[in-house]
Amino acid sequence: MEIEPVIGLEVHVELATKSKMFCGCPTTFGGTPNSQVCPVCLGLPGVLPVVNREAVKIGIKTALALNCKINRYTLFDRKNYYYPDLPKNYQISQQYHPLGVEGWVDIEVDGVWKKIRIHNIHLEEDAGKNVHEEGKNYSLVDLNRAGIPLLEIVTYPDMRSLKELEVFMNTLRMILIYIGASDCKMEEGHLRFEANISVRRKGEEKLGPKVEMKNLNSFKIVLRAVEYEIKRQSELLEKGEKILQETRLWDEERGISLPMRFKEEAQDYRYFPEPDIPPLNIPEEWIEEIKKELPELPHIKKKRFKEELGLGEKEAETLVSDVELAKFFEETLKVYKNVRNLVNWMVGPVLRELNERKISISESPLTPERLIKIMEMVEKNLITQTNAKYCLREVFETGKEPEEIVKEKGWIQVMDAGEIERWVEEAIKGNPKAVEDYRKGKKQALSFLIGQVMKLSRGKANPQKVREILESKLG
Amino acid sequence: MREELCHQPAHVLRELLIKGEINYSDILSSLIKTIEEKEKDIHAFITLRLEEAMEEAKELDKIKERESLPYLAGIPIAIKDNICTEGILTTCASKILANFIPPYDATVIERIKKEKMVIIGKTNLDEFAMGSSTENSAFGPTKNPWDLKRVPGGSSGGSAAALIGGETILALGSDTGGSIRQPASFCSITGLKPTYGRVSRYGLVAFASSLDQIGPMGKDVEDVYLLLKIIGGKDSRDSTSLPHPLPQEALKGSIKGKVLGIPKEYLKEGVDEEVIKVVNKAGEIFKKMGAEVKEITLPHTEYSVACYYIIAPSEASSNLARYDGVQYGYRVKELSGEGNPIVEMMERTRDEGFGSEVKRRIMLGTFALSRGYFEAYYLKAQKVRSLIKNDFEEAFKECDCILAPVSPTPPFKIGEKIADPLKMYLSDIFTIPANLAGLPSLSLPGGFTQNGLPVGIQLIGKPLDEYTILDVGFAFQKETDFHKRRPVWR
Repeated sequence: MEIEPVIGLEVHVELATKSKMFCGCPTTFGGTPNSQVCPVCLGLPGVLPVVNREAVKIGIKTALALNCKINRYTLFDRKNYYYPDLPKNYQISQQYHPLGVEGWVDIEVDGVWKKIRIHNIHLEEDAGKNVHEEGKNYSLVDLNRAGIPLLEIVTYPDMRSLKELEVFMNTLRMILIYIGASDCKMEEGHLRFEANISVRRKGEEKLGPKVEMKNLNSFKIVLRAVEYEIKRQSELLEKGEKILQETRLWDEERGISLPMRFKEEAQDYRYFPEPDIPPLNIPEEWIEEIKKELPELPHIKKKRFKEELGLGEKEAETLVSDVELAKFFEETLKVYKNVRNLVNWMVGPVLRELNERKISISESPLTPERLIKIMEMVEKNLITQTNAKYCLREVFETGKEPEEIVKEKGWIQVMDAGEIERWVEEAIKGNPKAVEDYRKGKKQALSFLIGQVMKLSRGKANPQKVREILESKLG
Repeated sequence: MREELCHQPAHVLRELLIKGEINYSDILSSLIKTIEEKEKDIHAFITLRLEEAMEEAKELDKIKERESLPYLAGIPIAIKDNICTEGILTTCASKILANFIPPYDATVIERIKKEKMVIIGKTNLDEFAMGSSTENSAFGPTKNPWDLKRVPGGSSGGSAAALIGGETILALGSDTGGSIRQPASFCSITGLKPTYGRVSRYGLVAFASSLDQIGPMGKDVEDVYLLLKIIGGKDSRDSTSLPHPLPQEALKGSIKGKVLGIPKEYLKEGVDEEVIKVVNKAGEIFKKMGAEVKEITLPHTEYSVACYYIIAPSEASSNLARYDGVQYGYRVKELSGEGNPIVEMMERTRDEGFGSEVKRRIMLGTFALSRGYFEAYYLKAQKVRSLIKNDFEEAFKECDCILAPVSPTPPFKIGEKIADPLKMYLSDIFTIPANLAGLPSLSLPGGFTQNGLPVGIQLIGKPLDEYTILDVGFAFQKETDFHKRRPVWR
């Protein structure tokens, strides 16, 4: 029988604000344990939370980017549970009136577009971290992370395959980066996931029992865990065995999921409205203002690159998937009109230099002006294509201006027939075998000889001119 | 001979200080003398810092230009021990915080320090402000200076007793369901619960966040007004604090033409005869001064206690969750080694650290918020709260402020109600509605029973209209001398 998985996702996004959700402490990663704390995020007796306006703004921005309806009357609720890394033993979250509801994300899988609906997105505060040291009979708590703003994005169970799941996560990540909501650095825990998975016979309407998977902290882990869970449930379904509705914890080391203990599953969070924070009444004008700040979203940009600029699927994908690269590309296009040539340079040599150095384009010394200079020097026959690539490399190495590099290296192309003739003659003299081969009709020998001339000229000779002169000499 | 300095209100002391008739340290010496004599019997304080206070007073003595100092500079003040004071023990009268020294000052403390007032100590209360008698203190009860066998009221019983006992000049209390006003009534002092949001709660150890309010307590209305103007006003650290400017107008005692409403539901059966007599007598006095006194109705009064005992414990169950032994405060000494050590540590810390009334309320609140009960209890209570608010809105269409009893009884005996929580809860029936509605309410001495026990009267005002109730109270105190009477010390 054909089995169809049904997948929904809860994504926790750490927001790129300077200060925490309810106090002024910094959000920088990797500080000495408990150095980025104050009475408020420590949850000391008597303290009160004050909402971070920037976090609300980013929340609204994200909600808009995900096509959500903004709840203009929104409020915070307390989620009560005991855990040593939760200083107040309650988390300030949003349960009853979340910031955004009923949105969607457009994803493209194998050329087909699909909407993944968003149930709600809401703001909350992060917890700290428990540190267990091997062999010690105590645990330590680091509260630097406690109170960092989180945005939780909850989807409907709209995904039907691992591929869709993967594309959704990538699409969402790009949107979040594009709008500046988060840096989405996996290794710093900026994105964390919980997945819910069920399976059913294809064609069936009714959903199977839902399994919630916790503890998924990277794309790879989500995919691995969901794949495992689909397989586990499918086998049960095929054997006609019962699938339990439960919460399971992913064990990455062993590559299996295990049921959570009953006690934790039966958790009652006793949500109630946070009395320390009056309801927020978000003004319509503020939403409009934020709307205007929204950049073109990645999938729309990609579509435009393909349809209006004639880029291929892969090229468009490559440029769009890096927000800075896309920005650089568009900046350059404002002055430089040869789209094809620019795309070739971007996805070719430029990307290669970036990848080799593992840096982003904004971290590199390359500017649109410099790239345009290099391309124009080729077009004006001032330098050869080969030397242009060397020139690009030199820009990356030294940060110097392209003209300066070309001058220093003596790469200005030689067009003068007399000078080229001298190199040609030298090449003919030095390679009698090739000359003979050519005269016998071995046309490939010409390429070899052109190469020799170029070598003699140290790349400066104009290849077109070299070919012409060689052909006439060998006649 | 002039009355002892320790029994004088701050505005009188200020005059003497400015005239150069006394020094700042003289006030403190007078307090210290009283404290040495009476504190062992009254037990108003959990922590005293008399030496430091004396040093601060002596520093002020050195200043020649006294008029350049803030108005209440050098005036000794006692702080209820659920308000955080940097570097000074803040226990909430609980074993669980018995060793807690806050690293920060509450906003009200910052403002008091800016005024150069002198903090003399931290006063006793019912544990986490949960109670009406100051018997629920991990450090033992406070006694009523009028009769040491009786309670001073609660939960700000320490502050009230210290004031009437001559152990302080001013005090801060907190009021969640009557915790300033009822002890003020029981001890015959003046206390104000301001409009919710008038005074920053930052640094007040939370009991029920939507009801808690810090307020001034003093020997008369003028003092209470002075202190309100120092501690009140918007605080960016408390999102529920209000931006509205504080009243600045001087008290005039202009009562003529004012309409005072007496809610008929407040003078029903079950209220002590002598209490009713005091309220009616007060009504007569106001009438004589030219006010109109009329009967009004607050029809949902009878539901206020039930409503309060859902909302307050619900919020408390969450607010008190942080006391788990992890970061600060009491932690259980040794674990059994069985089961999950973190769970055992938290459970036993809380079991050993909290007193029984606190546990009772945590359980009540946990239950009310639980899945399946939330709608029937918490949400229903919120609806009732709206109805009670509406009652007041309607009533204020007919009157400028409300005259009411504070407590249905005069001060009761220690041990009399402690075994019967319901009876104890009902003693707050006339103070709770102002908290539920967020209204300002003043408690001031209204008279005495035949046995010489104090009985207060309550003036409830419109939102943000502290001025009217203070001015009406001021008029009453110009006409009467109940607020000037002091218990005879044997």
